[in-house]
This record gives sequence, C-alpha cells and structure tokens, in this order.
Amino acid sequence: MKILVAVKRVVDHNVRIRVRSDGSGVETNGVRMSMNPFCKNAVEAAVQLAEAGAADEIVVVSIGPKQSNDVILTALAMGAHRGILLEADQPLETLVIAKLLARIADEEKPDLVLLGKQAVDDDSNHVGQMLAALTDRPQATFASEIKIDGEALEVTREVDSGRETIALPLPAIVTADLRLNTPRNAALPMVMKARSKPLAVRPVADLGVDLTPRLTVEKVSPPPERTAGTTIGSVAELAGIIASDIDAMEAI
Amino acid sequence: MSVLLLAELDNGTLSPSTARVAAAAAQLGPVDLLVSGPSAAADQAATIAGIARVIHARDAVLADGLANLLAGLAGNYTVIAASASTTGKDVMPRLAAKLDIQPVTDIVAIEGANRFVRPIYAGNALETVTDTQQQHVLTFRASAFRPAASDNSAPVETFDVDVTSVARFIAAHRTQSDIPDLSTAQIVVGGGVSVGSADGFKLVEALGRTLGAAIGATRAAVDAGYAPNDWQVGQTGKIIAPDLYIAVGISGALQHLAGIQGARKIIAINTDPDAPIVQIADVVLIGDLFDILPKLTAELERLGVRH
Repeated sequence: MKILVAVKRVVDHNVRIRVRSDGSGVETNGVRMSMNPFCKNAVEAAVQLAEAGAADEIVVVSIGPKQSNDVILTALAMGAHRGILLEADQPLETLVIAKLLARIADEEKPDLVLLGKQAVDDDSNHVGQMLAALTDRPQATFASEIKIDGEALEVTREVDSGRETIALPLPAIVTADLRLNTPRNAALPMVMKARSKPLAVRPVADLGVDLTPRLTVEKVSPPPERTAGTTIGSVAELAGIIASDIDAMEAI
Repeated sequence: MSVLLLAELDNGTLSPSTARVAAAAAQLGPVDLLVSGPSAAADQAATIAGIARVIHARDAVLADGLANLLAGLAGNYTVIAASASTTGKDVMPRLAAKLDIQPVTDIVAIEGANRFVRPIYAGNALETVTDTQQQHVLTFRASAFRPAASDNSAPVETFDVDVTSVARFIAAHRTQSDIPDLSTAQIVVGGGVSVGSADGFKLVEALGRTLGAAIGATRAAVDAGYAPNDWQVGQTGKIIAPDLYIAVGISGALQHLAGIQGARKIIAINTDPDAPIVQIADVVLIGDLFDILPKLTAELERLGVRH
C-alpha cells in the first residue's frame, strides 16, 4: 500500500500569537514555526502502518514557502520515504490546497491519504474532506484509531456524542485527531538520513490550478480581552456567588 | 437570498444546537431546514421560529451520503449552512468542494449578507471575511448565537431520495449520560488533570449534577482517561459559551482557553495563584479542590441551588 501524507508548516502551537496592530494579520516574522500537531499524528500513523508491514511507501507533501522544507524533513526523519514541496509564497485558500493535493493524488495514486484534521493557524478543518470530494473517495475524519483489513479500513472517529466506528474501502482519505497516536521524536541519525532522501521542489503555479482567492480578508483583530477578577476567601462566599448568578440566569 | 440549513441531530433527536444555528441562518434569508433522520425530529424542527419549510429526508449518517443529499438540493439556494459540529465539519467542506465553493466555517458573527467573523489561532484572533461567491457554504458556531423561539408550525415536506454511502457505519460508542448538552449548556463545570484520577473527576461531576450543569474536561484529563472524549473543551474539542463556567483544577493552557472565551463568567478553583486561568477568571478561590469541592457541593445542596 502507498500512503500520501499532507503536512503544513504553522506557527508553533506553544507560541502566544500577536495580531498586527494594522489589522493585516497575525505576526509570523521571527516566530517559531513547526509542523502542525495534527499533521504529526498523520505522519506517525503512516509510519506505524509501514512498520506493521501494511504500507511500503510513504510520500509526504507540503504546500507553502521554501521553509516548508523543514516540516517535510521532519516527516522524512520520522520515517516517510520521499517528499514533495509545492512552493508557494502567497497564502492559499483551503479549496486551492485541496485542488493541488488532488493533482498530486492523481500523479501518485496513493491507496490512502492521511492528513491532520485541522491546522492550528487558520483552524479550518476543510482540506481532507475537500480532497475526498475532489477525488471522489470515502472519508473518515477525526480518526482516533485506524485498523487495516485487506482492501478496507476500519476507523474510529471522535465525534460530538462520543466515538463511532466506520468501515471504508480503499482508496480513502483519513484525517487524524490527537488521540490517534503519540508522534515520535526522530533520533539524530534519522534526522541526518532524512537529508539524503528524495525531495522534489515544484513551483505551485506549474500544477495548473487557479490560485485566486475567493474570499477577501477585511481585517484580523484581537479578541476582547479578559482581565483578572476578584479573589475570594471562602467556600461559603463562593457558594453565595454561584447561587445569585444562577438565580439571575434567564431561562432558555 | 434563501438558505438551506442542515438540522443538527443527536441520536435521532433534534439537538438544541439547531435552534441556535437556525437563528443565525435566519439573518441571511428565509430558511428551509433539512432534517435527515426520524420524522419525529422533523416535526419538532417545524416549531423553530424563522423556518419557512422543513424538508424531511431519510437518515444519512455518513459524510459522503449527506454531502450528496445536500448537493441534490443545493441548486435552489444561495446559502447552504450547518452547525460547526463534528457533523457539519465532516460534511460541509466535502459539499463545498463538490460545488466548487470556498466555505466560510465556524462563523461567530454575521456582519452583513456576505460578511462574516470567524476565530483563527484557537480564538486568539478574529478574522473578518467578505464572501463574494454566487453561492455560500457556511457553518455557524451554535454557542455564539441565541436560540430561536419555538412558536412556529412550518410545513413538513418529504424529500424521497435514496442516500447511499461508500463508507459503512459499524457502531456508535456513545457516552451515556443524562447531563445537559455541553455545547449549548448555560452552566458548565470543567475539570483538569489535577483531579488525579477518574474517581477524583467524580467530584467535578457531583458539583455539576447539583447545579444541573454540563461537564467539561481539558485534553489532559481526557488523555488520562478521567473523562470521555466528547467532554473535551478547547481548540480541538467543543467550543462553549455558557453563562457560567466553573474551572476546577484547570491551569488554563492556550488550547483550553480557546474553548471557553465565550463564557460570560468564569469562576476558577485552583491551588496556583499564578495559573493562567486565574489571570482571566472573574472570581477565583485559591485552594485544594479535594477540600473545596465536597464542601461547595454540600453548601449548594443546602441552599437548594439548581438551574
């Protein structure tokens, strides 16, 4: 089985971001960047399938500026076999990303495409589902468990009511949730080895996809700020506050 | 503009989120509500104010089937919308790509017919976008909108079409409980990993039960197995906006705070006066949760406080 994994370079999830004062966006200059956490779960899932003998090739693809090489190298160090960078300097909308990935899926013909369920920068949670539509494949989003059974997958998904298990035939698209696995930290020899693995760089314009955005971002603003309140001294006082709050609540 | 809204169902019954997203959708035009599920849910949906017509279709549980069902109806509408629930998140991007539309999702405010506000970076920034496409695919965060009234009697029409799915449903593993719906609850009591065990988490649940509250948990508490995954509140779990959130033993990681920013009032019970949650809470009680919670629950029981 061949697996394609899509990964995104984002502002590191531990960084407290700052909105630019002119409202043009979030400051990303001089900010620590890393692989989107959910993408790491997707790479780890692919590597585990390969280690279990269920997959023989893992191709990792990223779309973004030249520096996105870093997250491809991270994936290669974790155990992916080769990388593709679609180099783009401008921000791209999720529909465009999905169309670009559909082109790569068309070339590579993977049996399984793994992605993170969402990127922690734009929090969209779109691309896997869109890619599934564009390639007319079944999808299993928010996966917390993947079992492979010949030509079919059994995926457990985390949903609002708990979990659910679905079966889907290959080829298929699966998006990873955080409890799918614990991504490994690649050891130094693997990091060194990653640099010798094949990594193709292609300008995004060469794929023949219209990159024009459909939406206009008018502004990006900080959320209303919350400030520290009062510290109280006793359980009785707290119970009194809760009682009067609930008393004042309107019934919905 | 006319709107096709996908009703949110939970185990075959209408979810309280539906009345909230219906209120959001009604700001954009007359709303036809698609109920893919039992006819009792369709009848209940007909009572939601602002609904012009309920379209009742067979149960389509999986994303590809549901996206096909919506695509079959989409031609008559300028807006196709849903709740930003795990169902809406699963289905709407798939539908959008089928229709060659860039969707706008997790909308928390509507500023005009095609101007919407959505949180990015775990709610640490708000993005205002204008969508000039001919047709719009949208999801609304239910917690950001007040529910529509239930004084309507909209006509219910049956849309008789077979819904097929390449994927196959095997089993649901539902968290059995009789506590209120977390996404729409007015009071939520949340517990963190410092409860120490599943038994420790029961102290949080006991306080919640006394108040008639929903129960939330941090990712760490869920990962540790103290609480089920559908109680997780935060960037990747549920986003809540209760009137009152009581955070017990929760330090306040960025990703958890993302889920509670809409809370009207936050009360924090914590041993650490420097915890991030203490910096944003309206009321703080510093102390050991194992000491405080049983006393607080008993005191509230004595006062007969319950929503």
